[in-house]
Amino acid sequence: MSILVDKDTKVLCQGITGSAGAFHTKGCLAYGTKMVGGVTPGKGGLKDDNGLPIFDTVAEAVAATGANATMIFVPAAVCGDAIGEAADAGIELIVAITEGIPTLDMVKATRQVTERGAKLIGPNCPGVITPGACKIGIMPGYIHTPGGVGVISRSGTLTYEAVWQLSSRNIGQSTCIGMGGDPVHGLGFVDLLAMFQEDPGTDAIVMIGEIGGTDEEKAAAFIADKVTKPVVGFIAGRTAPPGRRMGHAGAIISGGQGTAESKMAALREAGVTVADSPARIGEAVAALLGVKG
Amino acid sequence: MKVHEYQAREVLLSAGVKMPQAVLARSGDEAAAAFTQLGGAVAVVKAQVHAGGRGKGGGVKLVKSADEAKREADRILSKPLVTHQTGPEGVPVRSVLVAAGVEIAKEYYVGVVLDRARGVPVMMASAEGGVEIEEVARTKPGAIHKEAFHPMLGLQPYSARKLAAAIGLTKKPAAAAAKLMLALGRVFLEKDCSLAEINPLVLTKSGEVTAIDAKINFDDNAVPRHADVEALYDPTEEDAAEIRARDAGLSYIALDGNIGCLVNGAGLAMATMDIIKLHGGEPANFLDVGGSVTADGAKEAFGIILSDPKVKAILVNIFGGIAKCDLIAEALIAAGREIGFKVPVVVRLEGTNVERARKLLEGAKGDLPTLITASDLTDAAQKVVKATK
Repeated sequence: MSILVDKDTKVLCQGITGSAGAFHTKGCLAYGTKMVGGVTPGKGGLKDDNGLPIFDTVAEAVAATGANATMIFVPAAVCGDAIGEAADAGIELIVAITEGIPTLDMVKATRQVTERGAKLIGPNCPGVITPGACKIGIMPGYIHTPGGVGVISRSGTLTYEAVWQLSSRNIGQSTCIGMGGDPVHGLGFVDLLAMFQEDPGTDAIVMIGEIGGTDEEKAAAFIADKVTKPVVGFIAGRTAPPGRRMGHAGAIISGGQGTAESKMAALREAGVTVADSPARIGEAVAALLGVKG
Repeated sequence: MKVHEYQAREVLLSAGVKMPQAVLARSGDEAAAAFTQLGGAVAVVKAQVHAGGRGKGGGVKLVKSADEAKREADRILSKPLVTHQTGPEGVPVRSVLVAAGVEIAKEYYVGVVLDRARGVPVMMASAEGGVEIEEVARTKPGAIHKEAFHPMLGLQPYSARKLAAAIGLTKKPAAAAAKLMLALGRVFLEKDCSLAEINPLVLTKSGEVTAIDAKINFDDNAVPRHADVEALYDPTEEDAAEIRARDAGLSYIALDGNIGCLVNGAGLAMATMDIIKLHGGEPANFLDVGGSVTADGAKEAFGIILSDPKVKAILVNIFGGIAKCDLIAEALIAAGREIGFKVPVVVRLEGTNVERARKLLEGAKGDLPTLITASDLTDAAQKVVKATK
């Protein structure tokens, strides 16, 4: 009934003793996520406020707890290393929340993740949630409702906006993933669309893209070829000027590539219902599913 | 982070890239002295600004005497330079580079970029030099040759030789171009660049290979770990409001419209600009206050938005998740009471504790007469557009 994470996912927090790591570990525990421990080099042997064991290395944490997922909050300058450490320790799903990682660090880290057969979400992202079962990240859990719509997005608060529009119409979500705003990142639209297409618990898919890169165009080609479930899309940044980085490191139109128009046209061509307004994403899904708003 | 051509030259020279001699000048007299110092029959006077398209904008001139160098430098320095990348008001020019002229036999392009889709650095080379590579990519994509390289191993000598051969170089010039590409690849990895480009790379009539322009952009996220790169930062090339925003931890970009935007999150901030446009308005800025909205952050954000005299109304669009709406409403009201809202401010909040937040906003309308509350995103966009008409 979901992809990537469910009620049995055992989660570590790398950077659990930092303020963001500690705060969101508590939030995930409160949501019902199986948090099993944390990692902070030099603090091994201690316990956090919630009584979770802290380890010096991810390898020790995996051996002691059987963790198969991790949520990373370590500072940007050392985050590439933390992602590599998690992949090397055999973690299957790595969720990197940290913003501001140097791009070449991500070029190296994504290679390690691929070599180890792990999956990476992020960095610079809100994380992943299967409503009612498992939340790994910083999104507000209560806006989500269990159900059948898969949500994939490059954004944070814009994803919350879309989820809110769905939940207010009593349309639930199977799994929601914020894949992050960086130019070099882990799982992309195509990987996640493929997973949702295979997932029997997902009936429809919402994908929220933005300017920069060509991920949405590739997603459109994949949808035309392989996706039979209905897809609703929205692309942010139609009014963004070329050559300027719009907050996210990856949100930039350069050399005429990465415009919202090109992405919207490609998605429409592939049969995706593209919402003109960010206020109409929920409405579009309701119409496709035949649900009364 | 962008740097000037003269700064990019220094980075490449110290990596072993061959370039003609050049001297930086900040006045016409300095340019004349530079011409004499270079000692050649011709030199090129080039405006030092971060924007591209300098040649077509009149910012690059061939000169044949010290007098002419002075005259052209004075002209370039006297007024803002307008190119297709600067907007109609142009950018001020504070210095010019006076570079020794070379006799060009043929122009080429070499440059390193990051291939986002594959997550690897790529060296590109083309025999179509001296024109914008984006233009070549559009009109003659087959004329751009590419070799991806490993982030730890770097560009390999055989890849550089392949590229030199692909752009039609042979013998000594091919070896020289390959050596230059290896240096460029090293700079890209060692200094955390997002772009390192030589356009044009030229073959001179005497058979030398030399770089007569240089452009480097550095990855903003990696600048803090390179003190030498950090030292190249030139705040005078940036918008004052954008610097002020960055210092306050906000992400702000000035645009041409008259509706200010204050939003949490980059994606939602872009979507807010889009919905303003959809309802017939024009956004005055992109502004992301980040996930948590504090009274100080909101105050600074309003201050920055209102420093733009074009702004006739402001749309505040906040999705309160972890940061709750009632606390955000209190922060907005505190900021409004302190700085005063001179223009209509439409507030749309959604998320945790939104009911209490709406009551707080209603209660503050006595103190803040231009405050307008909106029930949803569409309502907010319509109200803010109406407020400017």
